[in-house]
Amino acid sequence: MAQEVSIEGLSVWFGKHQVLKNVFLSAPAKEVTALIGPSGCGKTTMLRSINRLHDLYSGARVSGKIRIGAENVLDGETDLVELRRRVSMIFQKPNPFPHLSVFDNVAMGLRLHGLARSPLLENRVEACLRKAALWDEVKDRLDMPGTSLSGGQQQRLCIARALAVEPEVFLMDEPCASLDPISTLRIEELIEDLSQEFTVVIVTHNMQQAARISQNVAFILLGEVIETGSASEIFSRAKDPRTEAYLTGRMG
Amino acid sequence: MANNKRRKVTGFINEAACLIFAALAMLVLFLILYYIFQRGIGAINLTFLTSLPTPVGIPGGGIGNALIGSGIMVGLATLLATSIGITAGIFLDQNPQSRLATITRSACRVLTGVPSLIKGLFIFTILVLPTGDYSALAGAIALSVVMIPFITLSSEEMLRTVSVTWREASYALGATKKQTVMMLILPTAAGGLSVAIMLAVALAAGQSAPVLLTALTSQFWLENLMQPTASLPVLVYTYGISPFSDWQQQAWGAALVLVVIILALNVISQLSIAIMNRRRGI
Amino acid sequence: MHKPNGEGFFTYFTAAAAVLILALTGSIFLVVLWGARPAIEAFGLGFLFAAVWDPVRDLYGAVPVIVGTIVTSILAIVIAVPLGVAAAIFLGELAPSWIKKPASFTVELLAAIPSVVYGLWGLFVLVPWIRTGPGQFLESHLGFLPFFQGPSLGVGVLAASLVLAMMILPTITAISREIMRAVPVELREAVFALGSTRWEMIVKVVLPISKVGIMGATLLGLGRALGEAMAVTMVIGNANLIPVSLLSPAQTVASLIVNEFPEAFDLQLSALLLLGLTLFTITFLVNVAAVWLVNRTSYRLKNQGGAVNGKQ
Repeated sequence: MAQEVSIEGLSVWFGKHQVLKNVFLSAPAKEVTALIGPSGCGKTTMLRSINRLHDLYSGARVSGKIRIGAENVLDGETDLVELRRRVSMIFQKPNPFPHLSVFDNVAMGLRLHGLARSPLLENRVEACLRKAALWDEVKDRLDMPGTSLSGGQQQRLCIARALAVEPEVFLMDEPCASLDPISTLRIEELIEDLSQEFTVVIVTHNMQQAARISQNVAFILLGEVIETGSASEIFSRAKDPRTEAYLTGRMG
Repeated sequence: MANNKRRKVTGFINEAACLIFAALAMLVLFLILYYIFQRGIGAINLTFLTSLPTPVGIPGGGIGNALIGSGIMVGLATLLATSIGITAGIFLDQNPQSRLATITRSACRVLTGVPSLIKGLFIFTILVLPTGDYSALAGAIALSVVMIPFITLSSEEMLRTVSVTWREASYALGATKKQTVMMLILPTAAGGLSVAIMLAVALAAGQSAPVLLTALTSQFWLENLMQPTASLPVLVYTYGISPFSDWQQQAWGAALVLVVIILALNVISQLSIAIMNRRRGI
Repeated sequence: MHKPNGEGFFTYFTAAAAVLILALTGSIFLVVLWGARPAIEAFGLGFLFAAVWDPVRDLYGAVPVIVGTIVTSILAIVIAVPLGVAAAIFLGELAPSWIKKPASFTVELLAAIPSVVYGLWGLFVLVPWIRTGPGQFLESHLGFLPFFQGPSLGVGVLAASLVLAMMILPTITAISREIMRAVPVELREAVFALGSTRWEMIVKVVLPISKVGIMGATLLGLGRALGEAMAVTMVIGNANLIPVSLLSPAQTVASLIVNEFPEAFDLQLSALLLLGLTLFTITFLVNVAAVWLVNRTSYRLKNQGGAVNGKQ
């Protein structure tokens, strides 16, 4: 069941440097919310706060609330393992496990969480590969290493891998940044499909992409959310002059 | 979720086991150092450090000649090994992709893995067997064989830290390779090279097998290089396996001196590397 | 074009040093081979399969020391590798940053302690402990089993294996740690993002990817154990017999050479040199394999397949 992701007063520090300053954001369920803005302004940091990847690194300090549905996932009681099952992440550079086959890559999450045994395992892996629009291309190559696929295929493999654990939220950090235009288009089609079922939050540098696939947009500059709104509003009638400057290419 | 709880508990137990094993490894070191100190400290005094060995049972014996013997052999070996090793290191740094360089690097890595005993056998066969004489010189040469691969590989590594930008600046000014190496690269890498040498010295100081096979041992002061000579590690061995408790005591004392010297060299090297890294902003 | 004065000479001069090193490597093999000639002529390949080593009758066979070497080295590996890899996991993945540096430094100091010192400590601390402790235990309670029979002397296979394990532990830990450190952070984050625990990340991602490199580290440790002379000769009991139990005194190739060398002449000397040649060959092969394995891991990681901007 997809849930709304709601960021409330989030601030993030790396050491002494404050990267996010009391930001608020609402990513509605079953919609694509795009985070746009110049490099280094905190978009990725915001994304990585949602699945608490910052917890892995000492020196990161976080305050505020992030709600998925009703519960705040930033409090001390949260089960990180379960959180990261519910919130999956697709990275900028596809990162399938090189030591595992295509099949085992998808199955990794299932085995970790004990979600399926044979023969259910095979069914689920196939279902996820189909949903990621990858099945036809790999069905005869399931035993090949995950890294033997092309870039676009690898990214779809990562999406299939994420789908396997039945998440509610998809976080995507510039998923098409290292892909060619055709692969990018296929991934964008996939994202549109995914948004029928999941809450998708995507960081992108590509404004045309944001316009193509997202319903909501947030413009982030220097650690602050400058403006949010529906995609049509932001791209035709941005309210803040800084947003306007970024969109027309005068900034960033 | 019960499953998650189980996974976390499993993780905790395994991680705790790793902690215990790591602690065990460190415990071993402390055990060894502790015993050496405890058993050796009683033997250390000025007489011990400066006298010749005395026959068993007669007090006042010492490791003076072993200290000198080790010092001279390691010193000579360092001169020899540094000349060859740093020169080869310069070659590797200047011609990194050449076939000769690749083969030399592999040869050095292989030599590092060859037991020092074999290197001792090698020098024995060339220098000692034909003449029938063990000598300090043979010992020094055997030690240099031990040191050369290490110095070669380490000095290439240290030379490599001199950045490409500076080298190109030098060539752009019209300097030759030789000038660039002698006036830019070597001076810049001097700190790193010193560390490499220190570590090689520590390595050589502790070698006993190759020295035993080439310089044997002696009860007297070293008078010329063509005589056999005592050395610290060999003394630790011969006194250690002897049945006499005062000799065994001296073995502990010698071991303590040896360990202090070697550990000091290592600690200084590590600290120097840390300081140099900090200066370079690593 | 006129080359500046000394330029070509400089390159040749430095190249000469490199060639010298190559010549050295080759010479070591050839010289030891030459010294072993009389023994090769006398015994041929049978040397490796004969079990009698008798200087009095000038009969030399390598079987007892080969068995001793293999047994002690393998035991040392069996002890040191799990310990070493676990320690590497702790130091590399689990330890908080303020522990990492001093702890790694400590483990590296272990590697710097000379072999004779390990031997001295082994002889006066470990051996008595084994004689009255574990050795006594094995003799009394499990002595009927072939592997543990024999009087508990303290010296023997067990003592030598333990000392060797201590000596190769730092090597295995340090190299394993480097190998594991090379596993890219993207892969670690990928598995965390799927919802794994830290231990699962280690076991399902870091270790499998590091497997080949860790094997290389193991071989490097093996190489060191095979060639270790002084520490072993001080605690192994110097009995040139095929060991039958953990408590048996024994001899390894290296310890025999060191033991008999000072008084050896003629054929005995040549036989010892032949043993040296055998040791050289084996450690050479082991080290070549080790370096190859360690390099393979970094190569595979750098060249992960699949063009990133490739076609569909």
